[in-house]
Amino acid sequence: MERQYETVIGLEVHVELATKTKIFCGCSTAFGGEPNTHTCPVCTGMPGTLPVLNKQVLEHAVSVGLATNCEITRYCKFDRKNYFYPDNPQNYQISQLYLPICRNGYVEIETEEGRKKVGIHEIHMEEDAGKLIHDEWEDCTLIDYNRSGVPLIEIVSEPDMRSAQEVIAYLEKLRLLIQYLGASDCKLQEGSMRADVNLSVRESGSGKLGIRTEMKNLNSFKAITRAIAGERQRQIDLLEAGEQVVQETRRWDDAKGCSYAMRSKEDAQDYRYFPDPDLPPVRISEKWLAKKKAALPEFRSQKILRYEEEYGIPAYDIDMITGSKHLADIFEETVALCGEPKKVSNWIMGETMRLLKEQGKDPEDIIFSPAHLAELIAMTDAKEINGTVAKEVFAAMFDQNVDPRRYVEEKGLKTVSDTGALQKTVKEVIAANPRSVADYHGGKEKAIGFLVGQTMKAMKGKADPALVNQMLREMLQP
Amino acid sequence: MANIISDETIEYVGILAKLELSEEEKEEAKKDMGSMLDYIDQMNALDTEGVEPMSHVFLLENVFREDVVVNGDMREALLDGAPGAKDGMFMAPRTFD
Repeated sequence: MERQYETVIGLEVHVELATKTKIFCGCSTAFGGEPNTHTCPVCTGMPGTLPVLNKQVLEHAVSVGLATNCEITRYCKFDRKNYFYPDNPQNYQISQLYLPICRNGYVEIETEEGRKKVGIHEIHMEEDAGKLIHDEWEDCTLIDYNRSGVPLIEIVSEPDMRSAQEVIAYLEKLRLLIQYLGASDCKLQEGSMRADVNLSVRESGSGKLGIRTEMKNLNSFKAITRAIAGERQRQIDLLEAGEQVVQETRRWDDAKGCSYAMRSKEDAQDYRYFPDPDLPPVRISEKWLAKKKAALPEFRSQKILRYEEEYGIPAYDIDMITGSKHLADIFEETVALCGEPKKVSNWIMGETMRLLKEQGKDPEDIIFSPAHLAELIAMTDAKEINGTVAKEVFAAMFDQNVDPRRYVEEKGLKTVSDTGALQKTVKEVIAANPRSVADYHGGKEKAIGFLVGQTMKAMKGKADPALVNQMLREMLQP
Repeated sequence: MANIISDETIEYVGILAKLELSEEEKEEAKKDMGSMLDYIDQMNALDTEGVEPMSHVFLLENVFREDVVVNGDMREALLDGAPGAKDGMFMAPRTFD
């Protein structure tokens, strides 16, 4: 009989924190600046410089720890992790080994077998590295330190996951909690959330952990799922062939669908950690922590209950809207402005979701403002524009956050309120389509639709179709 | 000297520190490290029961910055001190992933 194997997975998740400045200096963290324009002597590792901790980094790290049921370390320190690589100008990364800010937490995930806890071993604060560009022409490496010193937290889970589905559920749970906290936007594709997968296999029923490998370079849920399947099979094949899994770091190549060993054995991983003498320890008082706890935002489960009570929209809509903090914010702000939860929800569930899907975007990428959506709803309610025009305007808002009122005016999309002009057009349409008129009089209800369409066309879409319909019926009355 | 540093150890420390040492330098470094370890042995012999490990000589705690951008563009000055630069970036010998 074939042997059965169980996959054991633990995750190291790096999250880039949403701060204006770097973790130890006053340089901007803004994305996309010209190379090295967001750098200073501290984040380029110049000798004699002094790093000073950004208070916001500590606040974000503690709030993530609280949201994931961690113990907060009351007396915490930074350590130096020593290694030589040009992305790291100091030749050490400032991180936390001995006294990380958070420990012993968990999050709950939904699995096919029901609810399950995934343990969090620790969360520590650290700095990101610079970006390397290989220059083929000069045969050298060029370095941009804009990212050097950008604040990160690393969330280290226990080896509690058993499948790719559980890994994705865990990551989605973390992402949502962190987005709700406003501690990061957690975009995998842009690298503000990165996951390294530690994976081993063992024969089902065995209590002992197998030898694990660590996989890097996973920047989408799909890549993670494929990498887990690929690495599981690679390890099983080794064991079936009577060979051993080697503990190593592997890089996943999603295009080729395979992983390869990243670091050679000669390149010893001996980081010689020691306390960073430049950064004084952090002591957290009970009072400060109590304040942080009280300031935690409303999380998804609480939001769902409140939406059910306050807004009276379908459970499915609530589930979708609260599935993204950004979407929930847009929804709530728009409802606060226009007071029509059902209509706001319809715009989000319908056109917004359709355009997101069509353009391959996440809800976090939405740029239209609640004020503009509220305005669009008000204009539709006042019959200033019809439904078709509203969709056109919304598409422009979705792409460029245009002001709907100005857009309608500039494009001349306003519904013609002059009933005289409309009546004239309706008469012309009736005169030009005797067959449809005869069909209608002969009992063909559908013919009215054709006449409405012809009228709308003649009005260049700028009429209220309900009004056109009504007018036609009146004029065609025998 | 009680602590003897082996050739393998000095070789390994050299690799970690990315240093190429001559035979004489290796002998010197072995002696230095041996006496450092002797000093640590002396300290280990002391009674430190109930004494918290100390990592900082100043009794400072909770030194923070506010999250406000105070640095402007210092690229020119920083690249000036670099051994090589191209396209606004620092230039280093080719590395491999």
